[in-house]
Amino acid sequence: MSARMLPAGSDPIRPGPTAPVTIHVDGEPVTGAAGQTIAGIVLANGRLAWRRTSSDGRPRGLFCGIGVCFDCIVTVNGDRDVRACQRRACDGDVVSSQHDELPEVHR
Amino acid sequence: MTEVLVVGAGPAGLAAALAARARGAAVTLLDAADELGGQYWRHLPPQRPAARERALHHGWARFERMRRELEADPGCEVLTSAQVWAIEPADDDGRVGADGRLIDGGDRAVAGAAARAALVVHVLVGPVDGADRVARSIRPDALVLATGAHDRTLPFPGWDLPGVFTAGAAQALAKGERVAVGERVVVAGAGPFLLPVAASLAATGARVVGVHEANRPGRLAAGWLPRPWALIGAVGKAGELAGYAWNHVRHRIPYRTGSAVVAAHGTDRVEAVTIASLDRDWRPIAGTERRVEADAVCVSHGFTPRLELPIAAGCAITSDRFVVVDAGQGTSVAGVYAAGEITGIGGVDAALAEGAVAGHVAAGGSPTDAEISREMRARRTTTDFAGRIEASHGIRSGWTAWLDDDTLVCRCEEVPYGRLRATGDATCSTGLRSLKLTTRAGLGICQGRICGRTVEHLLGGDGGFADGVSTDRRPIAAPVRLAELAGASAPNRPEGHLRKETP
Amino acid sequence: MGYDVAVIGAGIVGAACARALAAEGLRVVVLERDAAASGTTGRGEGNLLVSDKGPGPELVLAQRAAALWPGTVAALADELGPDFPAVEYEPKGGLVVATTEQGAEPLAAFAQTQRAAGVDARVIGVDDALALEPHLARGITAAVHYPEDAQVQPVVATEALLASARRHGAEVRTGVEVTGALRDAQGRLRGVATTAGEIAADRVVLAAGPWTGEISSRLGAHLPVRPRRGMVLVTTRMPHRVFRKVYDGDYFGATQSSDAALQTSSVVESTAAGTVLVGSSREQVGFDDRMRVEVLRQVAAKALRLFPFLSGASVMRAYGGFRPYMPDHLPVIGADHRLDGLWHATGHEGAGIGLSLATAELIAAGIAGRAAPIDPSPFSPQRASLAPHLAEEAA
Ligand SMILES: Cc1cc2nc3c(=O)[nH]c(=O)nc-3n(C[C@H](O)[C@H](O)[C@H](O)COP(=O)(O)OP(=O)(O)OC[C@H]3O[C@@H](n4cnc5c(N)ncnc54)[C@H](O)[C@@H]3O)c2cc1C
Ligand SMILES: Cc1cc2nc3c(=O)[nH]c(=O)nc-3n(C[C@H](O)[C@H](O)[C@H](O)COP(=O)(O)OP(=O)(O)OC[C@H]3O[C@@H](n4cnc5c(N)ncnc54)[C@H](O)[C@@H]3O)c2cc1C
Ligand code: FES
Repeated sequence: MSARMLPAGSDPIRPGPTAPVTIHVDGEPVTGAAGQTIAGIVLANGRLAWRRTSSDGRPRGLFCGIGVCFDCIVTVNGDRDVRACQRRACDGDVVSSQHDELPEVHR
Repeated sequence: MTEVLVVGAGPAGLAAALAARARGAAVTLLDAADELGGQYWRHLPPQRPAARERALHHGWARFERMRRELEADPGCEVLTSAQVWAIEPADDDGRVGADGRLIDGGDRAVAGAAARAALVVHVLVGPVDGADRVARSIRPDALVLATGAHDRTLPFPGWDLPGVFTAGAAQALAKGERVAVGERVVVAGAGPFLLPVAASLAATGARVVGVHEANRPGRLAAGWLPRPWALIGAVGKAGELAGYAWNHVRHRIPYRTGSAVVAAHGTDRVEAVTIASLDRDWRPIAGTERRVEADAVCVSHGFTPRLELPIAAGCAITSDRFVVVDAGQGTSVAGVYAAGEITGIGGVDAALAEGAVAGHVAAGGSPTDAEISREMRARRTTTDFAGRIEASHGIRSGWTAWLDDDTLVCRCEEVPYGRLRATGDATCSTGLRSLKLTTRAGLGICQGRICGRTVEHLLGGDGGFADGVSTDRRPIAAPVRLAELAGASAPNRPEGHLRKETP
Repeated sequence: MGYDVAVIGAGIVGAACARALAAEGLRVVVLERDAAASGTTGRGEGNLLVSDKGPGPELVLAQRAAALWPGTVAALADELGPDFPAVEYEPKGGLVVATTEQGAEPLAAFAQTQRAAGVDARVIGVDDALALEPHLARGITAAVHYPEDAQVQPVVATEALLASARRHGAEVRTGVEVTGALRDAQGRLRGVATTAGEIAADRVVLAAGPWTGEISSRLGAHLPVRPRRGMVLVTTRMPHRVFRKVYDGDYFGATQSSDAALQTSSVVESTAAGTVLVGSSREQVGFDDRMRVEVLRQVAAKALRLFPFLSGASVMRAYGGFRPYMPDHLPVIGADHRLDGLWHATGHEGAGIGLSLATAELIAAGIAGRAAPIDPSPFSPQRASLAPHLAEEAA
């Protein structure tokens, strides 16, 4: 197992009731709580990585969580390079993972 | 009326905005995030308010008071989701004399008045990294920079595996979303910050299997009382719940000093880590390695101040890379002030005190004024605190012994340690610009925010570079879309009040 | 112990000269104030262009350079081995387009004159241009394809040239600033004074880029090289959609103009790292290196006229440098007529990366007293077009 959201019922800080938001990540519907970031929703749904690196094709997800490392970038509603850890999810957001291959270099 | 722009709404920026208002200035407070509070008072969003949010934070009531006061104040414009992406000289900067005073400021040329900041601050307002944010350019009389810091994480084999996080990431997810990054979590690195992170994780339902502080007890004792849990008080105390969790942490979670995560293992995600004992220079001691299963690892070796805006504004930087400030938090640039973590890693109390002084002086006050004598005193004691953090927890050179040739140094451009060294050796280059362009380290989308200091250390030692380049200089402080740039507002008219324009 | 030649400046021009001179068997020292490629060379782009040059001596130099690049790149790779990073030489060709009706005719006419001078300049239809660059704006009115245009990574190229020079025995000393001349009793140059002491050398090659104006004065033979600022935008990595170097015909106006005011023209190209470079601007603002948003705005706006798809691209970095600008728009290559022993290799403005190899060949031939493959006289500091500027400075 991995990341998960503490169920509101057992959370001692007693968060209010959550309105669900559903986003589509690489075609799959994923649901989280209103006000969560895209990364938070994806992580809490058990997916730790959503990008592959350009040279080695290695998986990446969230690293710094505060918008400085850009490891978590995704395409949101057609806009590339959106930091998933900073962008609050909106119902219906279409999120796709980015795998930017290096160009073929003709020497 | 003096118009003060405060960039960053963490503890330092909030305190600055309030102090500037108290002295009668018109204030604009902005932050890239959509909520006030900065890193310290990160909280659940308004869509999901928590009845007992205060339980997670120290000083929550104070934060709420500050926020309420600023939001209700018509003399303070609060601008969230507002990313400053550039700071440039204003067109009329030629009119600032060598003494920093306005020479020809028309009706603004008040004899003896502090010089006006000769800068234009460019802001994009809208959803994070959105494609059609609204551009604004602000030309304040005084600018307070309070942009804070981010975690500094040293590389180790496997640190690029999913499931390895900075400690700040764990904290941000716990406080901001009530998400625990894992179920069995190892926390490691250096500094008092590891402790509140462990406490927050515990308060979010994760099991923290160990906290590993790289420094040995001797060094810690030199800076602190020899009781690690005394530190959490010093960091500004956790909230009541985190305090409770800390009680649990203190009794149930092993806190090991002289110990570090030196490798993370797994194929597509972290499954285990290797923990080793370190000597006093952070060199792993052979034979002490042991493997610990974990599904998440949170590692932080300190903080790196976010210096791009101060550098763009022209502020002088100290040799240990903080913004140079005087007694009134004034930087080397007329009309520009700095407060909080960008002037030294001192924790929330320092940030609050410095912010208040900066806001007061930016609004025309003096550091000797009675209104801020309390903050001036606090500022002095907290600088001592910053020194103690560095003395006890600062990074030691032996850590490079845990790197292997395949360990990525630059995560964005995937530059491994072996290649970095081989290229540096092959070119014999003495300039950082050339080393970056030949190795590609630091050229990726994070622009060296994560690897910059590490690359500088690995390639240049502590001697610096012949070209005097630093990785902290980023004239474009955050990515901006080409279309947004093409529509960027026209150069500002020099005269007039705070210019808030939407083209 | 003295050197045969001291080269001032470890930009690409100094590096190329050092390599060529060391290969002649001369004892060479390179003196660099900061670090290699820390000047203009590290702050520009790496286009090796024939397309932007009209018939005349600069085109001849560019054609010679274009002929030298492939062999030099191969030789460097051989010499330096696989541990040395690649210079990213790509003979990708250039595509010059007009974006207005009025621009179409002059573009074709210019290509015609270039063809007469031996340039492979192919006027192609708009459809063919779109086949070469499918993401180009639909509204273009004319296009010329230049298969001879190429690109390198200037910093790696400079480091490679220096590494090769070292292998031929040259010494490269960084962090050493040249502060003045050493002269013998006859007034002939016999070396330079530096921040690391006096360095004796029979000849001095001045390759200080845009700083040549200042240091040439200190040496006693002023050359009117001035800085001409240029800014470039770098996007984040993206799928490969710009295949050649693509620029709009406005570019000629900007390169050939002497106007000090801001001018921008659009030059767009991909790099081997997957980023796109968007250039560039030209303005004379001295050595003021602060970023100006208005300059970036104009550069961005023009690029969108060529490639509308770039509107959503993220710009992550902007950088700029100072092109070494000559008032008569020609580099200065050759022996100084006022100070015996001083040689110049500078003033290449926006083309120094490309022209570096051919410049070095002329310098090496000149110092060795050999005939060069192309006529060096148009580049001489004694040329007629430069005389009024030298006189002006002397006054
Ligand atoms: C992730 C993280 C978590 C932390 N948690 C704790 C903790 O729990 N306990 C503790 O004692 N210390 C914590 N710290 C240390 C913390 O930095 C300080 O205690 C305190 O928050 C510093 O206050 P500050 O006002 O200087 O900066 P910050 O609180 O960091 O505030 C800076 C603000 O500036 C904004 N900003 C930066 N650049 C720009 C820009 N270009 N445009 C617009 N806005 C910008 C940021 O969005 C941020 O809100 C944490 C640090 C980090 C990085
Ligand atoms: C934005 C921009 C885009 C460009 N694009 C291209 C392009 O696509 N293709 C192209 O061919 N060209 C391009 N150029 C131009 C090209 O970069 C220059 O023509 C070239 O780099 C000049 O090289 P250089 O060696 O003469 O000068 P520099 O690289 O400036 O080297 C001069 C060196 O001399 C050193 N120096 C100065 N004074 C002293 C002293 N007193 N003692 C010791 N050392 C000293 C400096 O530190 C410096 O390192 C561009 C330039 C810019 C600014
Ligand atoms: S995880 Fe670092 S930017 Fe999002």
